[in-house]
Amino acid sequence: MNKRQQGTTENNSIQKNTIKQAFISSLPVMAGYIVLGMGFGILLQDKGYTWPWALLMGVTIYAGSMQYVAVDLLAAGASLISVTLMTIMVQIRHLFYGITLLKKYEKAGKYKPYMIFGLTDETFSLVSRPELPENVDEFKYYFYLTMMNHSYWIIGDVLGVILGSSFAFNSRGVDFAMTALFVVIFVEQWEKAKSHIPALTGIVITAVCRLLFDADTFLIPSMIGITVALFLEKRWLKRDERSEELSEQAKEGVNHD
Amino acid sequence: MINVGQSLAIIAVTAAVTALIRFLPFLIFHKGTPKPILYLGEVLPFAVMGMLVVYCLKNTSFISAPYGAPELLAILFVVIVHKWKHNTLLSVAGGTICYMLLVQMVFV
Repeated sequence: MNKRQQGTTENNSIQKNTIKQAFISSLPVMAGYIVLGMGFGILLQDKGYTWPWALLMGVTIYAGSMQYVAVDLLAAGASLISVTLMTIMVQIRHLFYGITLLKKYEKAGKYKPYMIFGLTDETFSLVSRPELPENVDEFKYYFYLTMMNHSYWIIGDVLGVILGSSFAFNSRGVDFAMTALFVVIFVEQWEKAKSHIPALTGIVITAVCRLLFDADTFLIPSMIGITVALFLEKRWLKRDERSEELSEQAKEGVNHD
Repeated sequence: MINVGQSLAIIAVTAAVTALIRFLPFLIFHKGTPKPILYLGEVLPFAVMGMLVVYCLKNTSFISAPYGAPELLAILFVVIVHKWKHNTLLSVAGGTICYMLLVQMVFV
């Protein structure tokens, strides 16, 4: 075996190991994406859309909660301005992921665009782990990981439409999957938030706007109201966070866990 | 279902804005992010989830029977199950089934 062939075999084994390691790391996301994706598919078919629509949305949008919201925007025939604003509000947290990964993804070359495109919450949490498995090509590993997660999501989306439309069941109330998902995320955020003021701001302002406007128009005033309120509350919030930290410290002083 | 063209337009805009937000930091913020954007990125996610929960209840009437009871009960169910098990799939699936049973069998 000459040197060049040896190099190729080594590359092959790294290549294989990279795929294997990416697959292993992606496993925790697999079940979650397939099931949540199916929830989306069931909602979508309930509004009269067939599986190619789910495929299209899963491939091009690829965002969990936003796709649930998109079903609603589709069903309501929302204006493109509302769609734009809603997407910005729901997805703005992803700005943070990019900012966090600026350095890490800097030299990813040709893999970079897709890695950025596929930066969902779950993929972000996997790629931002500090340690990398041994004997893998770093950027290919992130690339495959992103691609595997994306494919689980697409499979779930399409399966949801197919299963939802092939079983005759009374679908009344199935829309609640979206509410349930948001309540779950709300509870999780509530538990880890330094201050509850932003969460309460979101609820109160939206509820007030719903009382003042009708169901089709209250969202834009809510978003403007929330953004303004958050800037006005900035100082108050910093103080709340500080007192929270102090009481946390006090608690830690008493408890030992 | 609304017409195909309108559906495609909504999907295209959602996909484009989502991708734009993901790419933005790599395109413009590599030399530092403006403070107001950082601040919004920090607090907005919490406010938005509150907004979305209320948004889901936009067509629920609290002034006529059953006064939003199925929604409130199912939300309570989700909160309790999630606080207890912290399993997203269980909470979402369980909450949805709970709500479907309530609107199909209890509050008909």
